[in-house]
Amino acid sequence: MMVATLQINKVSKTFNNESEKVHVLDNINLSVQQDEFLSVIGPSGCGKSTLLKLIAGLDLNYEGNIVLGTKEVIGPSKDRGFIFQEHRLFPWLTVEKNIAGNLSLKDPDTRKRVDNLITLVNLKGFEKAYPRQLSGGMSQRVAIARALLRNPEVLLLDEPFGALDAFTRSHLQEALLEIWKKNQTTMVLVTHDIDEAIFLSSRVVVMDSKPGRIKANVVIDLPYPRRRTSKSFQEFRTAILNHLDHKVEDVEDWSI
Amino acid sequence: MSTQTIVQNKSISIKKRNTNSKKGKIIFRGLFLPIAIILLWQILGSAGILPAQLFSSPLLILTSFLELVQSGELGAHLQISLTRALLGFSLGGFFGLLIGIIVGMNKKSEQYLNPTIQMLRTIPLLVITPLFIMWFGFGELSKVLLIALGTFFPLYLQTFLGIRNVDQKLYDVAQILEYNRLEKVTKLMIPAALPNILLGIRLGLSAAWMCLVVAELLGADQGVGFMIQDARSFMQTDIVFVGIIIFALAGKISDSIVRFLENRLLKWQDSFKA
Repeated sequence: MMVATLQINKVSKTFNNESEKVHVLDNINLSVQQDEFLSVIGPSGCGKSTLLKLIAGLDLNYEGNIVLGTKEVIGPSKDRGFIFQEHRLFPWLTVEKNIAGNLSLKDPDTRKRVDNLITLVNLKGFEKAYPRQLSGGMSQRVAIARALLRNPEVLLLDEPFGALDAFTRSHLQEALLEIWKKNQTTMVLVTHDIDEAIFLSSRVVVMDSKPGRIKANVVIDLPYPRRRTSKSFQEFRTAILNHLDHKVEDVEDWSI
Repeated sequence: MSTQTIVQNKSISIKKRNTNSKKGKIIFRGLFLPIAIILLWQILGSAGILPAQLFSSPLLILTSFLELVQSGELGAHLQISLTRALLGFSLGGFFGLLIGIIVGMNKKSEQYLNPTIQMLRTIPLLVITPLFIMWFGFGELSKVLLIALGTFFPLYLQTFLGIRNVDQKLYDVAQILEYNRLEKVTKLMIPAALPNILLGIRLGLSAAWMCLVVAELLGADQGVGFMIQDARSFMQTDIVFVGIIIFALAGKISDSIVRFLENRLLKWQDSFKA
């Protein structure tokens, strides 16, 4: 029944920092199902962003292997959409041309799909705007539309909402959940925001730093939409905090 | 209360009038010196204080300009000069852009080509001119090639620089979206390097004009530079001045065209506009 889309097998990565070797990732084994929304959480420097880069194929200098479906990852590809922390739009292109990228808007099929995506990410009326005229949240929505146009099997998200204000962030989180349900795209989200991870994911992977290892797998079996204030939400929060080596007492609103 | 409003209104209208007259004043200040010099020049020339052979009076320059235009002489010289400049600029600009892109995109070709180009760049073009005349004769080829060489370096340099300034982060995006090699050049590298490329075109244009003058002064039987050289040997100072003014105008106009292009093509830039 369950289809393992993404397989990460014995992946290790070291950076050579002048004299010393830094183990960024140490023997990471992870398999992600097709219908999963996976979050990777951990302290900064635990290699979670590096892991995402390896899955994207932007860095091929590592041990072990990564397989998507039946194909081994040997470079970047449209199969694996990537949303970066910054929007990374091309500043010389308008919103619609940024989404289209190397596809021509003169092609009626592309035109239609771009228009649909612009509606989906709520940017109607901004088709001809340049990135400098957009707010941070709007730019990030353009970046999401750009990735979705390629119908990726997996969407890799590297702290995509970290630089946004709280209101925009929660709005985009809900939009992302909708896209996940609608498009059946496997999601792999790297974040340092525990609430974000629990709110969105079907499973949370907790990582340790130096060397980067997987510490725990927490399946979040709460029904959607989730309420951040609910008791079960708080329980998951505590559980993940415990895994991250925080003391339970640190959580103020933990009470029975 | 009401008097206050009236006073305020008054001060606003005074302010407005002030800015209007200020603009006029600024333009007047800018024009003051040239007009004063031309007037003084004309007066001193008419009074016979300035030697007429060395300093043709502004009026004389104007009349000989009109004469040259009417006889078609200026038009013919200008046409030849513009053709040379355009040919040389296109040739040098094309190769500057092309090699700039290749060297910018490929480390190996940088290691092979860049040191040599940087070395050749430091040789003053005036030194090469006699060599070009010996190799390619007094004909059009040597002139066009000299102009091309002058244009090549700034365009090569700026294109190379512009491509090396392309954000690695945007390159990653192009990779993930599976841009092919050609698309990476035309849809990422060139647009991103465009501010530098346009600067290169501007610098290349002024280099092209300079090389044109050098080539035409040193050996030619047609062209504005030749016209100047020819007039000099007959002490026709007025025609020399006409030639100089033509070069100044041509330089200014071509620069304005590139500026216009910059404004249109770089409107996406979020740069400080004072």
